[in-house]
Amino acid sequence: MPAVTETIETIDRLTDGGYKYGFETNIEMEFAPKGLSEDIVRLISAKKDEPEWLLEWRLKSYRAWLTMQEPNWARVRHPRIDYQDLYYYAAPKREAPKSLADVDPELISMYDKLGIPLNERAALAGVAVDAVFDSVSVATTFRESLAKVGVIFGSISEAVREHPELVRKYLGSVVSPGDNYFSALNSAVFSDGSFVYIPRGVRCPMELSTYFRINARNTGQFERTLIIAEEGASVSYLEGCTAPMRDENQLHAAVVELVALDEASIKYSTVQNWYPGDAQGRGGIYNFVTKRGACRGRKSKISWTQVETGSAITWKYPSCILQGEGSSGEFYSVALTNNYQQADTGTKMIHLAPNTTSTIISKGISAGHSNNTYRGLVRIMPKAHGARNFTQCDSLLIGDQCGAHTVPYIESRNQSAKVEHEATTSKIADDQLFYCRSRGLSEEDAVGLLVNGFCRDVLKELPMEFAVEAQKLLAVSLEGSVG
Amino acid sequence: MLEIKGLTAKIDDKEILRGIDLTVPDGEVHAIMGPNGAGKSTLSYVLSGREGYEVTGGSVLFNGRDLLAIEPEERAAAGVFLAFQYPVELPGVGNANFIRTALNAVRRARGEPELDAVAFLKEARSAIKALKMPDDMLKRNVNVGFSGGEKKRNEILQMALLKPALALLDETDSGLDIDALKIVADGVNALRGPRFSALVITHYQRLLDHIVPDRVHVLASGRIVRSGGPELALELEANGYAGLEAA
Repeated sequence: MPAVTETIETIDRLTDGGYKYGFETNIEMEFAPKGLSEDIVRLISAKKDEPEWLLEWRLKSYRAWLTMQEPNWARVRHPRIDYQDLYYYAAPKREAPKSLADVDPELISMYDKLGIPLNERAALAGVAVDAVFDSVSVATTFRESLAKVGVIFGSISEAVREHPELVRKYLGSVVSPGDNYFSALNSAVFSDGSFVYIPRGVRCPMELSTYFRINARNTGQFERTLIIAEEGASVSYLEGCTAPMRDENQLHAAVVELVALDEASIKYSTVQNWYPGDAQGRGGIYNFVTKRGACRGRKSKISWTQVETGSAITWKYPSCILQGEGSSGEFYSVALTNNYQQADTGTKMIHLAPNTTSTIISKGISAGHSNNTYRGLVRIMPKAHGARNFTQCDSLLIGDQCGAHTVPYIESRNQSAKVEHEATTSKIADDQLFYCRSRGLSEEDAVGLLVNGFCRDVLKELPMEFAVEAQKLLAVSLEGSVG
Repeated sequence: MLEIKGLTAKIDDKEILRGIDLTVPDGEVHAIMGPNGAGKSTLSYVLSGREGYEVTGGSVLFNGRDLLAIEPEERAAAGVFLAFQYPVELPGVGNANFIRTALNAVRRARGEPELDAVAFLKEARSAIKALKMPDDMLKRNVNVGFSGGEKKRNEILQMALLKPALALLDETDSGLDIDALKIVADGVNALRGPRFSALVITHYQRLLDHIVPDRVHVLASGRIVRSGGPELALELEANGYAGLEAA
């Protein structure tokens, strides 16, 4: 059912024909009005048939948000966002294309370059999924094999209905609504997202990917994801897609929370390729995301791997709170910016318990007129005896109009901790390019090869098939950056 | 056939090549010798299309094709290969991946089918064996942490796999011990045949003991000042380059 119709019907149902929520619902109006208010928060919650506690949670978040200020410490610039000028519910989607023939040819040519299979292209481009392939059977087979081992994998809305005790226990327990401006906003209005629960001792038998979760599409700009790994459980979760997603939402403010109990491990991989804006810097997504994992248990492990090539602005710091003794956090990141993109990304590793370890490998690539900042915090708390951190931040510059910035924060309050930080900045040298070209590589292929070489330490952390796509994506994202 | 006529080139307004005339027929190996600063390396860079060199006159045809009008990668596709005097390090780029990517780029440009990883590895391993190189040559990153001799041998490995029609060897012998020198020479000699030609740029006669040239040319002050058979190299070894520039 198209979102628009759904909205109209929902509003009709909710308002019972009246004007309870203070806005008109005449037939010409195809969606809920712009702007954010308690009424809108109530509408979202009611639409999802949420229990009272969740509505209260949302409202509390909303009220907290009202008192907060948008953060301004990141090295990004953008016009002031008018939060009352956004849609928070059932944002209007342009009519979905009926077939690939209706899709922007530029998008198609990008898919060609990335080698995305035909049926997948259609799904990515937003062609109605049912028309593309038999999604039901794929999803069903998948769910059955997960259910056998007790893994819960579905949308967070479903989880609220079917496993309210789990959601209530963990939602907001890692990223509290008041954590920051965007997490407060997300907590008030989150639309949907993924929920994963791995029971004690279970190694999830397959990589979990939103790709398989057809109903995860169009979860909109305020995605909320919660992953819980019980004692001894392990899971690898893939988010996103290497192909550019058709998307009309300007602001994305997602929240991802991970919880790892004793000896559990969670690997979370992201490839983010939202619309970056055009070559002149017009348009593009603002990606303001809060991702955090809590290593609650002894010897638990959380690993973030991200390849960020999209979005006009990225503001994102996937972090680990190392609470369990001997727990470990990892952050492997490639952030590539081209044209007028801006990225301010990095991580936080908070060492609370003894013998905790963290590893940070960050590769920033700047091309065109873009700006790329690594911002990372390593904090060793007094009880974290024997804590270790290793950080390596490498920046690669392509051309002479871009910027790379490294802003490490290191705070150690324990004498026995060992913190290492290495940083390099380099350029693709003319002689490297010429060497490749003299062997027959085009200039763009040469840059792609050199950039992939630069990112190798991170790319090898990605699941195999993702890594191959990510390599192509890096090359494609740099098109036009040389010559 | 490589035909260079009246080639002049400068770098930063300084004239380096002052009218090179040189013809290398198919199947022949020619040596270019000459003192430092004569323009030997400039010649190899101009032929392979490196930026920063301004060609101010003359022409270069390879098998009838105007080399100066096309990009370095198109020259590679046309069969030109430069073995670098100072091979470049490519951190994070695996040697096998690099050579296969290059080989397939060239094959694509020539309208030949690409080699898959298995077929490529088979070829690469046999080339490595023939060149008496260590197996891990393929696994390492391109030239990273290679000794000087290993870098030169890696150039020869690439040449063996890319099978150029025209090889430009820019002082490939410099810094090589006698064993490595033989390996490099074997690599070149293995490619010799009616459809292969080479310009071997060197300071020293000793490489020419192993790669016996059909012709030897002396480059001095940006011009070919003398040409002759292999015996010319021996004469230069004995008498040096003194007096040649005036010729």
